[in-house]
Amino acid sequence: MNAILAVRNLEKTFGSVVAARDISLDVPAAQTIGIIGANGAGKTTFVNMITGHIKPSKGSIRFEDKDITGLPSRAITRLGISRSFQVAQIFPSLTVRENLCAAAAIARGKDSILACALQPLHSPATIAEAGGIIELFQIAGYRDVLASTLPQGARKLLDIAMAVGGWPRLLLLDEPTSGVSVEEKFAIMDVVMSALRSRKITILFVEHDMDIVARFADRVLAFYDGTVIADGTPAAALADPQVQAFISGTKRAAGSQGSATHA
Amino acid sequence: MWSRANLVGALAFLALAIAAPALPAWLVSLATIAFSNAFVVLGLVILWRAGLVPFGQALFYATGAYSVALIGRYTGLRDAFLMLTAAAASAGIVAFLVGYLLARYRDIFFAMLSLAMSMILYGVLVKTQTLGSTDGFHVQTPTFLGVAPRGGTLNLAVFWLVLGLSAAAALLISLYFRSIAGVLAVPVRDNEIRVEFLGISVTRLIHLKLVISGILAGIGGALAAFAVGHVDPNMAYWTTSGGFVFVTILSGTNSIAATFVGSFMFELVRSIAVDILPGTWQFILGSVLLLTILFLPEGLGSVFSRLRRGMP
Repeated sequence: MNAILAVRNLEKTFGSVVAARDISLDVPAAQTIGIIGANGAGKTTFVNMITGHIKPSKGSIRFEDKDITGLPSRAITRLGISRSFQVAQIFPSLTVRENLCAAAAIARGKDSILACALQPLHSPATIAEAGGIIELFQIAGYRDVLASTLPQGARKLLDIAMAVGGWPRLLLLDEPTSGVSVEEKFAIMDVVMSALRSRKITILFVEHDMDIVARFADRVLAFYDGTVIADGTPAAALADPQVQAFISGTKRAAGSQGSATHA
Repeated sequence: MWSRANLVGALAFLALAIAAPALPAWLVSLATIAFSNAFVVLGLVILWRAGLVPFGQALFYATGAYSVALIGRYTGLRDAFLMLTAAAASAGIVAFLVGYLLARYRDIFFAMLSLAMSMILYGVLVKTQTLGSTDGFHVQTPTFLGVAPRGGTLNLAVFWLVLGLSAAAALLISLYFRSIAGVLAVPVRDNEIRVEFLGISVTRLIHLKLVISGILAGIGGALAAFAVGHVDPNMAYWTTSGGFVFVTILSGTNSIAATFVGSFMFELVRSIAVDILPGTWQFILGSVLLLTILFLPEGLGSVFSRLRRGMP
């Protein structure tokens, strides 16, 4: 089986709270997986365990046949797993180009602090790499803009672009379109998905908008109460009665919000 | 490597070295102390750019100075270069060791913990007879690769040594600021999570910065020991560290040249203030600091960059 990521019996408890229970799944290379679930269902906990942000209490995670369970996040990044964040994590005091140069330089540099002190950051190779990513994510208009002044959509794109700067083979996107207006969501996802697919990156993305999941995912994992309750094609997973229950819950909440703003 | 700023800096140091014999003795010794201290300030700038303000850099400064004094006292070695190497190494080792603790802290905790470390050394120095106790002790006259100058020539020799090392340090630090670790100072200050998730350890980056700043402070302390000819526990006291923080605010963190100019201005203002108002020179220094923060919050370096932008 050519799974790039293999998760077995993953569990995470915080005191008496079980944030993840008995999660087992395989991710074949180049698949695009949408992760859905209500707030608190364990989606972000799952992402955090894969990327080393938190250590699992039990179970194992294998990436490209290497056991990465409990490794620190920077070691996992160096092995080829990268992530973006629900709240964009960028360097506000640097320009877009400098942000991407930093990402590219770290990825190309050796995993040694002393080597980092001897190697210039703005080498022709890193500048070219940053330029390539700027083209790929269509943010050339913001090249020399300070990241702190970027509009929300561009912030999210920069966050993902920085993750891509490390040439990951697996990328986890935690709510790539959160905080972005409804009109912009599809445009941003189009840019992100074509950029990632051009680099043949396997994608796991957490998303609340079911239209986006249905449009971009090859496969859907539905989380409920810390575990996966449905796993299949978007059509099959979204039709699952349990999944339907929480989707209609979300819709009702969104609907009542919508009517309030339109009133 | 040979950018215009580096070339201007090299020429400035060369001009000072050539002019030195013609300068009044008080100015040479003032500049010697000022540029020795500029080494410590360079180290502060490295940490400051990453958002860290060490309030105990006198720990490494005193380590360097006492290394020189102790070698002179307890061994027959007199060579300035050998003693400088020993001072840099011992300060670097101290920085490496305390770095394991310090690199885990940020903000006021980092500042106060570094202050605590320096005050521990101060306490040890004051209480230990073999280390000279409160009086400290005399520093043996250094020789320079076998040459043993005396009197005015010795002062000139130390000044030339300081100038040469200053030029070398300025060049190396300018290269460091362009390296991956150097440029990452701002990202470390901005967003540690993103730095970690790009695949590099923030703790190790800060540890490296601490060791570099410790070595610089050790060299500064050794040079100051040569210049003054005496070491005492005040070199480890927190007001000494505070002085370095003062000069860093005055100089700003955007220019290496500004650390030397700022150091020189600080010593000049201090010695003039002591002459005019012997009892209340702190009043003048305090006012200078206040005016700097009010009107030049990014320090003298911001004046340089404004001038540079103004040039065609």
